[in-house]
Amino acid sequence: MATEQNLLQVRDLRVTFRIDRHTSFEAVKGVSFDIPTHRTVALVGESGSGKSVTAMSILGLLPENATIPAASRILYGSEDLLKATPERLQAIRGKDISVIFQEPMTSLNPVFPVGEQIGEVLRLHMGMSPKAAAARAVELLSEVGIPDPQLRVRSFPHEMSGGQQQRVMIAMAIACEPKLLIADEPTTALDVTIQKQILELVARLQERHHMSVLFITHDLGVVGEIADRVVVMQNGEIQEQGAVKDIFERPQHPYTKALLECRPRLDRRPMRLPVIDDFMKGGGAANYDERPRGVKESDAVILEARALNKTFFLKEGLFGKRAVTAVKDVNFRLAKGKTLGLVGESGSGKTTVGLTLMRLHDATSGEVLFEGKNLLSLSDREMMAYRRRIQIIFQNPYASLNPRFTVGNILTEPMKIHGIGRDQKERVDMAFQLLARVGLPESSFYKYPHEFSGGQRQRIAIARCLTMKPDVLICDESVSALDVSVQAQVLNLLQDLQDEYGLSYIFISHDLAVVKYISDEIMVMNQGEIVEIANADEIYLNPGQEYTRKLLASIPKGWDATRAAA
Amino acid sequence: MSAVLPNNAPPAMQESPGLWTLAWRRLLNDRVGMVCLAIVATYLAMMLASYAGIVARDWNKEKGVSYANPSFMAGAENLEAREVTNKDFGSKAKPVDLSDIDPLAPRYKEWEERAAKIAVTEVKRAETLPFGGDKWGRDVLEKAIKGSEVSIFVGLTAALFATLIGTVLGAMAGYWGGRVNDFLEWFYNIFTSIPYILLILAFAAVFKRGLDTIIVILALTGWTGIYRLVRAEYIKHCGREYVKAAQAIGASHLSRMFVHILPNASHVILVQLSQHVVSFIKAEVILSFLGLGVPVDMVSWGTMLAEAQNELVIGKWWQLFAAGASMAILVTAFSMLTDSLRDALDPKLK
Repeated sequence: MATEQNLLQVRDLRVTFRIDRHTSFEAVKGVSFDIPTHRTVALVGESGSGKSVTAMSILGLLPENATIPAASRILYGSEDLLKATPERLQAIRGKDISVIFQEPMTSLNPVFPVGEQIGEVLRLHMGMSPKAAAARAVELLSEVGIPDPQLRVRSFPHEMSGGQQQRVMIAMAIACEPKLLIADEPTTALDVTIQKQILELVARLQERHHMSVLFITHDLGVVGEIADRVVVMQNGEIQEQGAVKDIFERPQHPYTKALLECRPRLDRRPMRLPVIDDFMKGGGAANYDERPRGVKESDAVILEARALNKTFFLKEGLFGKRAVTAVKDVNFRLAKGKTLGLVGESGSGKTTVGLTLMRLHDATSGEVLFEGKNLLSLSDREMMAYRRRIQIIFQNPYASLNPRFTVGNILTEPMKIHGIGRDQKERVDMAFQLLARVGLPESSFYKYPHEFSGGQRQRIAIARCLTMKPDVLICDESVSALDVSVQAQVLNLLQDLQDEYGLSYIFISHDLAVVKYISDEIMVMNQGEIVEIANADEIYLNPGQEYTRKLLASIPKGWDATRAAA
Repeated sequence: MSAVLPNNAPPAMQESPGLWTLAWRRLLNDRVGMVCLAIVATYLAMMLASYAGIVARDWNKEKGVSYANPSFMAGAENLEAREVTNKDFGSKAKPVDLSDIDPLAPRYKEWEERAAKIAVTEVKRAETLPFGGDKWGRDVLEKAIKGSEVSIFVGLTAALFATLIGTVLGAMAGYWGGRVNDFLEWFYNIFTSIPYILLILAFAAVFKRGLDTIIVILALTGWTGIYRLVRAEYIKHCGREYVKAAQAIGASHLSRMFVHILPNASHVILVQLSQHVVSFIKAEVILSFLGLGVPVDMVSWGTMLAEAQNELVIGKWWQLFAAGASMAILVTAFSMLTDSLRDALDPKLK
């Protein structure tokens, strides 16, 4: 380790974005770190911490309005990449330094077969003949673990799953045997099981090709599994950097400690999750008691699904139809004031269950009993009375709020529809109270959704549901798009609201740690069917089914002392 | 539940500003937008004033000599005016006496006496007019003002109606999909398969000639492009989560279509509206040229442009310039105003 060489040295990097003539925004404020050869460096931070901007400046891919002062240097060997000509950067990109992005679907060109896209990289940078490039593309696909590579080179991106697309992206990235691979949140958009496979693949390729990897992520759990060194960034500054062992076992900076603590853990369940503020204000995590969870037979049932089925019909050919069963014979009970967690990979039908319960989709067959009344057989008019009592919080807080409505409009509209509050004045009063309840300032009332961060938007969505005083709240991946620390705050809010108002939750997520933390009972779904329903603790201690065990094994373990020994 | 809510000090009450109030505030900050708004408002005021008869009431009076020069080029030679003068007073030869064979001869004297009783004051025709005159010596500036009445009215109203039809049908097709969409698509396809001019001729044959007919014709034939664009926009937005969220809070179909989605599609509609105002002002020209436009006793920029064709050959450019410039300024200001309006309506752009 002592003779380690540095492949890339970042020295005092500052990046400023010009917003308009008078204002500018400093995204990166004097960052220095090294990327040693044959090592994986993880750049960790929340959104807005400047981690992606740092990586993009290495590649010279910053937008036009970014300025970097002359004192900043990014040394690649003895060459300063910040002073390199565009032609030189073009030659380096893809050949010496390559990158994998977060969204494989948008990074691949949809109108070309994947083999051709890999071949293009080879022809451009390695000067291969089309024939040699095609042959190499097959080899690369097989190296990244795509089955039947001979056939798959001719596939189009949309014919592949998200995980396979990300593998193709990785194949393109390693095609020219780069010395440095930059992976910008490569697994954030993927399921846990796929994430595990991709992480293993990156680790294996790094080993085999003697690459260095700059791994950008917001998830410290992932870092612990893959990185040698960790750089923790916040607000454009490095708070702490060091060997992965030191960061996990002896974190120095309160921010690092907070990041490590605020992610729900499988082995503990405090009354509230620690949040960043607890640490930054000094002290540490308040030592909360363990929260008891679980559902008893005697608990009152508020919502019950019986033999719920949902089949979609896809058009095939001129007159043909193909049935796709999204939900098959689903039965469950939601106890009053409790949380039912619903986990499964994408495509398992968990969102469809949520939408069907609310009648946002029509069920093919089955019953949904709400206080003994079958919601699916009600007319639209009768349904209106129940509509307000079951509410949903969607995954993407950027998409679920109407961009043309002010927060005030968003909050008062449901009250108007359901005749809550005597007049507009009373509704506005209630909206202000709810904003305070979800921890947003009063001025939010007059603002538009885009003026808020993801976590704040999710609070607005929660406040919108609360205006209708619902009994059941369906959270459809409601915290999946949020940073770990913001996720902890929103989970705490949801928990407080349950304690205060006795709400019942159906909590849909692919993140098993989060589900374990928030749920009393957990339901595992796979391909439209329920695999297992059991109390939360039980399912984690004694998973009854093979599929559940597989899901549990895929959770990033974070730092593991055994890895250090290995 | 409200009982357990923490009872904060009541916040400073103020009516929450709606989408349009905020849009107006943003528009106030947009200098280009405000200038364009002022220009468009001036045009509208001028149009109303001319309708009320405050300005350009006697546009039809023959005030000047034929093709009177504009006052700023009074010295230019006007051959056409002299020709007319020569024609009137050209033959000085004594007329042949036909009184013995003319059966009406005894009554001439009586008629002349009667005619003398009616005071005919020969107006002195002006040599120059502020912006020149047309063939009959009518003031071109007044004509242009009077013509704005027809052109703006036709362009704006027809475009508004066409946009309304296109938006409502497009929203229905895009929002409901399925059968409604199939039917409207079928209707659209049939409608657009008929050649445009033929369709206009057919409509013109059914309705009587007049201003309202032109508006109806243009609105009924012009909605198709808007329909397609609005439909596409609705299909895109229907799948968005915010619309699902609106359904979840119990918003009705109508509210989802026009309260939630419409503001998000408004940029498309506004741009279409401005483009159609422009093209309908031009369409009125074509219709007038084909004889299906405004009646002969009215003036529009279209008829002015049609007249200007012949005048240009003899070097009389002012009628073309007056009509063309009025139209160009309005059309530019209007489309820039809709651009500003679109930006003002988008809360994300500041």
